[in-house]
Amino acid sequence: MNSQLFAYRKAAELVSGKAGRYRVAVVGAGPVGLCAAIDLAQYGVDVLLLDEDDKASEGSRAICFSQRTLEILDRLGCGERVARKGVVWKHGKVFLRDRLLYQFDLQPEAGHKRPAFINLQQYYLEQFLVERAMETQRIDLRWRNRVISVASGTGNVALTIRTPDGDYAIECDYLVAADGARSPIRSMLGLEVTGQVFRDRFLIADVRMEADFPTERWFWFDPPFHPNQSVLLHRQADNVWRIDFQLGWDADPEIERQPDRVISRIRAMLGEASPFTLEWVSVYTFRCQRMERFRHGRVFFLGDAAHQVSPFGARGANSGIQDADNLGWKLARVLEGTATDRLLDSYDSERIPAADENILNSTRSTDFITPKSKISRTFRDAALQLAHTHPFARGLVNSGRLSVPHAYGGSPLDSPDHDTFNGKISPGAACIDVPLAGRAGPAWLIDQIGNRFVCIYYAGSNRPPPEPLIEGLGDEAVSIETIVIGTVGWPMTTIPEHVPTFIDTHGLFAQRYDATPGCVYLFRPDQHLSARWRTLDLIALRSALSRAACLHAPALAAS
Amino acid sequence: MTLITEPHLARPDDFYAALLHAHRDLTEEQSQLLNARLILLLANHVGDLDVLREALAAARANIVDQEGQPRSTDSGAREQT
Repeated sequence: MNSQLFAYRKAAELVSGKAGRYRVAVVGAGPVGLCAAIDLAQYGVDVLLLDEDDKASEGSRAICFSQRTLEILDRLGCGERVARKGVVWKHGKVFLRDRLLYQFDLQPEAGHKRPAFINLQQYYLEQFLVERAMETQRIDLRWRNRVISVASGTGNVALTIRTPDGDYAIECDYLVAADGARSPIRSMLGLEVTGQVFRDRFLIADVRMEADFPTERWFWFDPPFHPNQSVLLHRQADNVWRIDFQLGWDADPEIERQPDRVISRIRAMLGEASPFTLEWVSVYTFRCQRMERFRHGRVFFLGDAAHQVSPFGARGANSGIQDADNLGWKLARVLEGTATDRLLDSYDSERIPAADENILNSTRSTDFITPKSKISRTFRDAALQLAHTHPFARGLVNSGRLSVPHAYGGSPLDSPDHDTFNGKISPGAACIDVPLAGRAGPAWLIDQIGNRFVCIYYAGSNRPPPEPLIEGLGDEAVSIETIVIGTVGWPMTTIPEHVPTFIDTHGLFAQRYDATPGCVYLFRPDQHLSARWRTLDLIALRSALSRAACLHAPALAAS
Repeated sequence: MTLITEPHLARPDDFYAALLHAHRDLTEEQSQLLNARLILLLANHVGDLDVLREALAAARANIVDQEGQPRSTDSGAREQT
């Protein structure tokens, strides 16, 4: 790893002696803070990114990154590196004692650019994100810069920052706190996080070995090598495997962390014949909790700082990156002056329900894996035993319901359907990918949208787009780009060159979006569907856009 | 669909005997497990979550007071007499 990436440098303020003034300061250069900073930088916002440490994460930590996260990383310009380095998996097996209970496939349908999940050690993700952050040339990334005081006012946020060369002060328009579960920013502002602590401990180990296990998620309930507890085995890049052992509440973390003890547990699991080396060990407990609100005036909380879940379901880092995805375009638009402050309130109204969904799912998984009472243990065992022979019971077995993107149904930004649509997507949901062919060859839908408002027009085989869509719908406040999609055999050459045009080569756009000729779909900069119609209605489209972008009233009147 | 609470069992006495017979020779713990498995099997057979919620509420009724707090054994016993 390039240590220059994480090198400490003396802050400009300490050289000049002048207090700095920034539009956005992001605290925490973990995956979530880095994604937030890169997103803002891509929208043209200069960002100060502060981290109290000067290295990537120790140990693998977050390892499972979902399709949606890869799609966001694609938009942020480093999805390909992450996907290439990561280990692709979509199959899982669940065992009870020494028997296979059932297996699952997380992406049963083809026709997506990205797989359901990849596994990659968090330190690789952080390295790639730091490199991408440097590339944007808009991010001033400062290691060993620790925020020691924060004062949030009506016009700005004032920070005092401690470095090896002394303290300095800055002001910023907005503060993005992605400083982790123990969030010092949260504590300094006197804000609380409340929820549930689980009385269980888990041992987590990164093990390097040449093993012929398939690249699948394997979960054991009560295995012979670790009786009465659960174990998870998962492959990462570079032949590193992640093993999680449930230990129970009474386990002593100090004793369990001892390498000899960990090695004997792993040897019991893998057998004497499998050589391995232990790379990293940690013992952890977890909580399911969140802050009451994630926006506090000019301060926004993202990721673990705002909400925490149990690790079952890969909902921690994935949901944090979705927080960043949600906030970036909103903050950029308010800073450029095209959107009202209400757009920032929608960070709360969209991401709080998302956090609740993640907390609900991860709490349910934890209740299954760690039964809290005798009767819940009895029902758990009953479900596991029945799952052997009765397929229905496999649906009750819960070893983690894996992260899916939250659909912002009922968001104040989205426009409810007036026409009837079937299919898998509805307003508020993230784009569902589809393979297409453009003028230059094969393409993916997911790569065509994002970073701006996009209007997709479905031409079918015989319905050319109406003039206004070809001419462009933009005004000073917001521009919409039109993309035209037609069926195989449709003459795309009839559409002017400046309009991106695609063929629905597999018919999957029509299927997944329930599209009929003339359909119009409005996508937000974060690739979520905002509104859709069976036929173009310019007034409805403008009003949906105004609602989604929280345009200022004069801009609305002008349209 | 709503929960059927009117008589619906074809042969109530036979069912009751069969239920007790299923628990023969089982320890307290094994009986608990059998009950749990039986509930899961029957729940899947019913399928409808609304009906199941009604059944859960009916099963819990009078075991807890109006506020949803479990009654002490004493007050439960008084209510039965």
